[in-house]
Amino acid sequence: MNEIILVKDLTKTYKSGSKSLNVLEDVSFGIAPGEIVSIVGPSGSGKTTLLGLCAGLDKPTKGQVLIKSTSLSDLNENERAALRNKYIGFVFQNFQLIPTLTALENVMVPLELQGDKKAKMVAMELMDRVGLGDRMTHYPSQLSGGEQQRVSIARAFSNGPEILFADEPTGNLDDDTGHHVEDLLFQLNQEQGTTLLIVTHDLDLANRTNRIIRLKGGRVIQDTLQPHQETQS
Amino acid sequence: MASLKFITRTAIRDSRKNRGRLALFMSSILLGISALVAINSFNDNVVDDINNQAASLLGADLDIDGNKEASEYVMSAIDSLDAILATEVELLTMSYMPQQDASQFVRLKALEGPFPFYGKLKTEPVEAAERFRQNKTVVVDESMLFQYGLQRGDSIRLGKSIFTIEGTIKNAFGGVAAGASFAPTLYISKQYLASTELVQPGSLVEYSYLIKLNDDTDPDEWKAQRRERFRQDAMRIETVNDQKEDVSEAFDSLNYFLNLVALVALLLGCIGVASSVFIYVKSKINSIATFRCLGMKGNGAFSIYFLQIFFLGLIGVVTGAILGSFIQLIIPQVLSDFLPFEVTTKVSWTAVVDGIVIGLIITMLFALIPLLAVRKISPLRTLRASYEQDTEGGDPLRWVVYFAILASLFLFLWRLTGDPGAGATFTIGLVAAFLVLFFVSKGIIWSVKKFFPRNWNFVLRQGIANLFRPNNQTQTLLVSIGLGTSILTTLFIIQGLLLKNVDSMDAGNQPNMVLYGIERTQKDDLAQLTESYNLPVINQVPIVTMALAEWKGKTKAEWFADTTRTARSWAINREARVTYRDKIDPSEKLLKGNFIGTYDPGIDSIYISLSDGYARALDVDLGDELVWNVQGTRIKTYVSSIREIDFASMNTRFFIVFPNGVLEDAPQFQVLVTKSPDTKTTAAYRSAVVKSFPNISVIDLASILSTVNDILNKVSYIIQFMALFSILTGVVVLISSLLLSKYQRIKESVLLRTIGASTKQILQINIAEYAILGALSASTGIIIALVGSFLLAKFQLELDFMIRWYPLLIIFTLVVGLTVFIGMLNNREVVRKSPLEVLRKEV
Repeated sequence: MNEIILVKDLTKTYKSGSKSLNVLEDVSFGIAPGEIVSIVGPSGSGKTTLLGLCAGLDKPTKGQVLIKSTSLSDLNENERAALRNKYIGFVFQNFQLIPTLTALENVMVPLELQGDKKAKMVAMELMDRVGLGDRMTHYPSQLSGGEQQRVSIARAFSNGPEILFADEPTGNLDDDTGHHVEDLLFQLNQEQGTTLLIVTHDLDLANRTNRIIRLKGGRVIQDTLQPHQETQS
Repeated sequence: MASLKFITRTAIRDSRKNRGRLALFMSSILLGISALVAINSFNDNVVDDINNQAASLLGADLDIDGNKEASEYVMSAIDSLDAILATEVELLTMSYMPQQDASQFVRLKALEGPFPFYGKLKTEPVEAAERFRQNKTVVVDESMLFQYGLQRGDSIRLGKSIFTIEGTIKNAFGGVAAGASFAPTLYISKQYLASTELVQPGSLVEYSYLIKLNDDTDPDEWKAQRRERFRQDAMRIETVNDQKEDVSEAFDSLNYFLNLVALVALLLGCIGVASSVFIYVKSKINSIATFRCLGMKGNGAFSIYFLQIFFLGLIGVVTGAILGSFIQLIIPQVLSDFLPFEVTTKVSWTAVVDGIVIGLIITMLFALIPLLAVRKISPLRTLRASYEQDTEGGDPLRWVVYFAILASLFLFLWRLTGDPGAGATFTIGLVAAFLVLFFVSKGIIWSVKKFFPRNWNFVLRQGIANLFRPNNQTQTLLVSIGLGTSILTTLFIIQGLLLKNVDSMDAGNQPNMVLYGIERTQKDDLAQLTESYNLPVINQVPIVTMALAEWKGKTKAEWFADTTRTARSWAINREARVTYRDKIDPSEKLLKGNFIGTYDPGIDSIYISLSDGYARALDVDLGDELVWNVQGTRIKTYVSSIREIDFASMNTRFFIVFPNGVLEDAPQFQVLVTKSPDTKTTAAYRSAVVKSFPNISVIDLASILSTVNDILNKVSYIIQFMALFSILTGVVVLISSLLLSKYQRIKESVLLRTIGASTKQILQINIAEYAILGALSASTGIIIALVGSFLLAKFQLELDFMIRWYPLLIIFTLVVGLTVFIGMLNNREVVRKSPLEVLRKEV
């Protein structure tokens, strides 16, 4: 199979003093290129931990994650960073914009990291695309939550990632704003053919994806393909 | 790796909103750097000035001196030179001012010849410098003129002769102003010295032969050829280079001390920087995690913040160097009492560049400690705020940085002292001092936490709790303010101890006045005069001067030629002032042998008693033979006893005691020891003595005390000036730490107000917090000072340790007051802020 993300027997245990807690246990699945997948489950089920492991932000206790057939376990931190910069984009629940950079500069960062000379132009286009062409020089603190998340989406797509990880992308937004942000995310995703992995406990959002992986107590309890994909409203 | 261009750009962009805060971090090194630059500029100028002015410091090419007139050999050596000769006879004696009816112990210099050959005797009026050489006049030290309200034309009696005051003298050759108040300098012409009749056997006289060479004889070579031979005749030779070395050496010590103090201020500042950078990095964790998520490597993120800190460090260091160049203008004024010459105040570019390089290296090394953690910040922070593991745990590079800090300190101190051993000792000392400070402050913090007063009222509890808020800088503040406090406190304690110890010599029946230079014929009249003032004659002893000629079977010349000689030169060459008596003094202790009080002509051997220190210095023991030259007569003696002498009293003390029956007919003078109940009696008695017996000198404890006090005050002035740097650095660290935590404080205050606290309560909480912080810092400093000064007093100064709590209380109050004051200055905004404004603001 030609998965872009392959998760094999993934286990993550956190140690707190003498106690150890299994947050993930023997989780395995694969995601094909262009697939749109959501990971759902109650709080504490291991969703964010799984996302972090898939994106190479953390190391598993056991098992492995392969991105484009490369095992993340074989890479050191710097190599994983390079891989993220090349293939991966992120959207976070709390936006994670750099407060000291303007909106435009935030979007430019991934491209500038690649040494892309057209960083500014691409970023400006994306800012226009997310409807914030007139807010480029604003700092994150001068933007509303919805606007900040749109900047964050623009940044996520700026390096043309093959995979996009989204952690509760609408979790900090009201329903209306949340819907707008979801639409934008799916639109851009479709345009760029990106593989999308969303962690959410919002079932409405999950239902708009191709596939839902349900976690409970650190284990996959259900992995279902959606009969009716609805990526656009 | 991200390109340098991108890193630089991001560093600039990222700093935009933090520049004010970052500048604050760097302000803590400002003072350290400026102290370093100021002191080294000053030192460079001093070295230049010494090189340029050395000849005028000595005033001649050669200075040959001793406490006897030149022997025939010395005189013929001088005569063989193609040179101009000047002579100076210097003695410590009493002066009497009839118009003022006052007397003063003075350093009298009788000059003959055109000395100084280099430089000038600066007098007021200028002509006085020449006039006193021809007339029976005197130029007096400026301070004495002011002290007694003397005027030109007034008289001064010196010995049996009266001189008219010609003017004042503003510079002294071969002396430093600091001790001048004890014995101010007076110049007269040597032709009138005889009329004073002050030069008697036993007077404290120094004869100098000052020479200006007319040909190209190398004075150092000339000295090298004759030094040993001159020494046998108890004469020393000093050249311009010796003088240069002497002065340089004195300044080297001062320079080490000042540099160390500057370094301490710099290190304190660096601790402030490290602690601020630590907080800065903490505030940047989210941004760094995001950068990491977006694919930036650990080193890339590190470089961004390294660059920011580096540039601000550079600005801080350069600003410090500029400030230092201004501060150096005032250093010569602070040190003026210790400078025998005028120091120029030009900017030393070497000092500036040195300061910048050293400052930047040390600052960056300290900043690296917290900065290194940036490399390890996990991108997972974007998902989980409580991901703590990344910044904790050991990073081997940290140890490299610690090592580099130690190494650079060592190199700096090595370069300063020019000796790797001294460099290592200073480094270890500094590190030990900081460790002690660190652990004392840590101990204090631990005890406050451990014995947290849970039943105190809310305001106090909250005030204490604030000290342990996240990102607190309590420890840094305790260290920096504590160090400044400890320097000042140690200074006060030691100064108090010295004075108290000198003062205690006056306690009980201890004598407090010594009269010397008494002729045998004056002995009874003086005793009568003393008793007429109701003063007790505690002791009246004869003194015979003599010189050591042979000991343990070899002559002095033979001993000097002997390379295995263990006897110390001072013990061999000193003019011995010997007494004779038939019993041991009550203040002395017989260590070994028998004290033989009377010479028995039947036995034919003369047994003498030596002090333990002198016997050790001469390396002789019981039974050893010593031959003395008593004004031409040789007397052979044997050591029969060794005594211990109590130096902590103002009584007469003799290294060498002869038995009765040997020296009675030798030329001699007397010493009388008495005790005066008060300064008024002392002054009246002193004047009466000087009036009736002009040749007799009176030294009283009160004037010694005031001199000691005077010198201590001048020394402590310098130390206080330097301690100021570390205190101010502490203040800057305090201000920056308060500003750093301002938003956190505003939020807390707002929260407290939201739940019903009054402005007064919030103010009280803050006052409690700063007062406790000040109290802890002051305690850290005072505890260290107490232990430090105890050790210093016990082992180094050998003084009795006692504490006056009153100055400590003042220091404590001042430190607490200063901390509260600065805290409250910063606090106004915290209290005034409206809750809504804060809730809206991105903090």
